[in-house]
Amino acid sequence: MRVTFWGTRGSLARSGPSTVRYGGDTAAVEVQADDGSTLFLDAGSGISRAKPPTNGRVDVLLTHLHMDHIQGLGFCKPLFDPALESHIWGPSSTTMALDERLGRYLSPPLFPVRLRDLPRAKVHDLAPTTIEIGPFRIVVDLICHPGPTLGYRIEDEAGGSIAYLPDHEPALGTRRFPIAPAWTSGHALAEGVDVLIHDAQYTDAEYQERVGWGHSAFAQTVAFAQQAGVKTLVPFHHDPDHSDDFLDHMFEEAIVGPLQMVAGRQDITIEV
Amino acid sequence: MAQYPIEIILLRQWAGYLSVPIWITDPDGNLVYFNESAEKMMGVSFDDSGEMPPAELLETFSITDAAGDPIEFHDLPLVIALTTHKPAHRHIRARSADGDPLDLQVTALPVEGEGGRHLGAMVAFWEASE
Repeated sequence: MRVTFWGTRGSLARSGPSTVRYGGDTAAVEVQADDGSTLFLDAGSGISRAKPPTNGRVDVLLTHLHMDHIQGLGFCKPLFDPALESHIWGPSSTTMALDERLGRYLSPPLFPVRLRDLPRAKVHDLAPTTIEIGPFRIVVDLICHPGPTLGYRIEDEAGGSIAYLPDHEPALGTRRFPIAPAWTSGHALAEGVDVLIHDAQYTDAEYQERVGWGHSAFAQTVAFAQQAGVKTLVPFHHDPDHSDDFLDHMFEEAIVGPLQMVAGRQDITIEV
Repeated sequence: MAQYPIEIILLRQWAGYLSVPIWITDPDGNLVYFNESAEKMMGVSFDDSGEMPPAELLETFSITDAAGDPIEFHDLPLVIALTTHKPAHRHIRARSADGDPLDLQVTALPVEGEGGRHLGAMVAFWEASE
């Protein structure tokens, strides 16, 4: 499968000369199988540049409903293509159905287009489960982030695997990190995957000021990936105040041992 | 390695900061964690004991009601929480792992996750005399 990063920024889109290399669009990742089957992971502003799949169906898997992960829904061209059967998946809630919660944004006065105006969209509430979409087997689990938030592990028929945990704070409440794998949020999703796309929003110093905000320091992300036996880590969800030069420096200083790292940059594609 | 549900993981992190003794069990009643505050009654740290099956818990604590009479298994607060998915509270007497008498108020709360998932229970203990 091929993984294309349409948006790698976290929290807020940030365009300008300081975000040219890592990109300024918010979270949106495309996963495409050899047969053309396509998943979109989150619908941040980056999804506005995604092309319609060629197999007649589009699936958008949302991790959670924070604005930087859904603000591109109304600009996702495949969802407006009447030739495509479209499915939007996201976390269930104890209070409102997913379509009602998405409708809070996709309705006036916040947005002129309503969710029901998408020609062939079906909305699916997801609790921890395993689903199959085309050639993909997708393990869904709740992870540590404010509000109902899902992580996804995606496996293809050829044995390739990726895990997508773009907003994740597994170190929350721990006195040291990492702790035992069984007690680590997201570990089962990430264990042994070929590619882990993971929140790495902060430096260690920044994290100390933002404990409980739902994100990780880069060093925690590296420790999480190493413990999970990940092959390649893609640090993701870059802080909007981190310039390209800042991120270069942050990732250069990392000691990742045998772990391979490909920094999350907008518009790159990784073969898995 | 199997991983605990996020609700149980966060419960453990939270319990680790509390001064009240806390047990966390899985849906079968296996004690999967107790905090430092519970170490005195357990006679051991969780790091040293690891998980405990329900039979071992019952054997260790010799639980009775406040009058000293035996409590039926299905009337134990933890068992009520796990089987009815509703909270339960009771005044009990027991013996700690070291044989010391315990006079406790016990509250057991079922841990119910989204999607109808029964994840286990949390039990909190207070000294009845306090």
